[in-house]
Amino acid sequence: MGADVVLGRTAGADEVAGLDALELQRLDRPPLARQVWSATWPKVLAVAIFVGLWQLVVMAGLWPEYVLPGPAAVFGELWAQLQTPTLWNAIAITLRRGVWGFALAIAIGVGIGVLVSRFAVLRAAIGSLITGLQTMPSIAWFPLAIVLFKLSEEAITFVVILGAAPSIANGVIHGIDHIPPVLTRAGRVLGARGFDMYRHVMLPAAMPSFVGGLKQGWAFAWRSLLAGELIVTLSNKASLGQLLSVDRELADYPAMIAVMVVILVIGILLDSLVFGQVERRIRVKRGLVGA
Amino acid sequence: MSLLQAVVTRTRDGLARQPDSAADGTAGVHAGRDVAVDLRNVAKVFPAGTGTLTALDNISLQIRRGEFVCIIGASGCGKSTLLNLVAGLDQPTSGEVARVGAPSFMFQEAALFPWLSVEQNVELPLRFAKVPAATRRERARELLDLVRLTPFAARQPHELSGGMRQRAALARALARDAEVLLMDEPFGALDAMTRDILHDELERIWQATDKTILFVTHNVREAARLGDRIVLLTSRPGRVAEEFEVGLPRPRRIEDADVARLAALVTTRLRQEVARHGR
Repeated sequence: MGADVVLGRTAGADEVAGLDALELQRLDRPPLARQVWSATWPKVLAVAIFVGLWQLVVMAGLWPEYVLPGPAAVFGELWAQLQTPTLWNAIAITLRRGVWGFALAIAIGVGIGVLVSRFAVLRAAIGSLITGLQTMPSIAWFPLAIVLFKLSEEAITFVVILGAAPSIANGVIHGIDHIPPVLTRAGRVLGARGFDMYRHVMLPAAMPSFVGGLKQGWAFAWRSLLAGELIVTLSNKASLGQLLSVDRELADYPAMIAVMVVILVIGILLDSLVFGQVERRIRVKRGLVGA
Repeated sequence: MSLLQAVVTRTRDGLARQPDSAADGTAGVHAGRDVAVDLRNVAKVFPAGTGTLTALDNISLQIRRGEFVCIIGASGCGKSTLLNLVAGLDQPTSGEVARVGAPSFMFQEAALFPWLSVEQNVELPLRFAKVPAATRRERARELLDLVRLTPFAARQPHELSGGMRQRAALARALARDAEVLLMDEPFGALDAMTRDILHDELERIWQATDKTILFVTHNVREAARLGDRIVLLTSRPGRVAEEFEVGLPRPRRIEDADVARLAALVTTRLRQEVARHGR
């Protein structure tokens, strides 16, 4: 009995350390080069397969080659255009519009999201309306936008906001709604009051869903923006959407498809490099995915 | 009941107390000098469907400063309701609750914030209390040392085992420096070996920090291992059925024969209580 007690006291630290050592898994990570490679090769393969299929369709001769050009012609045209300022200016104009509209959409979406998640009356009033707005095709807003703002930058921004803000608001609402109650309870018993509760508990807890909303919001913003640029053509601003419609009118199909490739690549890059990275970092940090 | 008599004779501070002595206090509801938590005729009634549900009925309980009290009872005895009342998270329907300062609270889930490292989790309550950054860090280091988690300070909670997470949660709960620590089945989800070792750890930390602990559990052995006193609650409504003073010397081990004997006694009483609802 006495020996038992002595063992318990002196061995306490060893027991705890031993238990910790036994229960922890190794946390080694593969080298960076390997991580990059394993993230890259599936994408490269997917693009190669897509280009291969495209070439096959062209070779099948369903359409004459001046209507549906092959990958070689398109990438040649793309390479040539990348040497001229026209394409780069168009990218700059479109991206600037996109970023500006998206920034406004974030401000509006977050504001609405916080209010709706906070006040039951607002939720009952406009909660389902927000999801409804999300299902509305952005193209359907343009007649109204043009009536309200004429053919102007504002008309495009208006539609970009309407496209992106509902997703962002939904991300906020969903994020706050799905905070595990035990976390807010822990925050409360640890002394979090008022703003501290938002800043240190609610906001970080809602972050994964918020970033998901941003990501979806950006996809909607980008789509709305390109639709807008096809419809609202401003003579002094040769945007990507405008290049697209001019190339079609001039029947320069390789150039048209080259612009489409640019639009797609920008969308993919922003999604994976910006939102994908942020999302991944959050998930790794919280242990929702292996490092 | 000869065994009960035997265990009543020795308590931690040398005071022999009769199970009912808590109710005869003359000083009104007032936590202070010797009393950390004082419940007087506390009742809690919840609306349930068309009627009501009496979760707690006429509970009177006094907990001395520095005392380790275990609350035990079958399902539906209102253990968690009781803790919520003491924590101030909920108000009693009638009766009075007094305690020294706002208590800390530990749950069955560690409830660590997954976006913060272990150290940042421990620091957060100090942040809420507007403690300056340098003091915060120092205090967090001390607490992590106390729960033997210093080597893991920079880790994220998901990188820890369940037992380590509970130790981190304990360090975080202690950071507020509240005198009363409420624990709601904090080791309920752990494996037996880890739980036994954490009992030793909690006893050591309790003795090192002089906290008053109110510990809710459904595990009678655990209550006998840890408590200065065991309060057995009845179910639906929750009332104090019986109190057991545990006079066993510390440090104890869960496998001690005296702990087992006391646990058997309490279990018998608990079974009678459960059987009452089968009739």
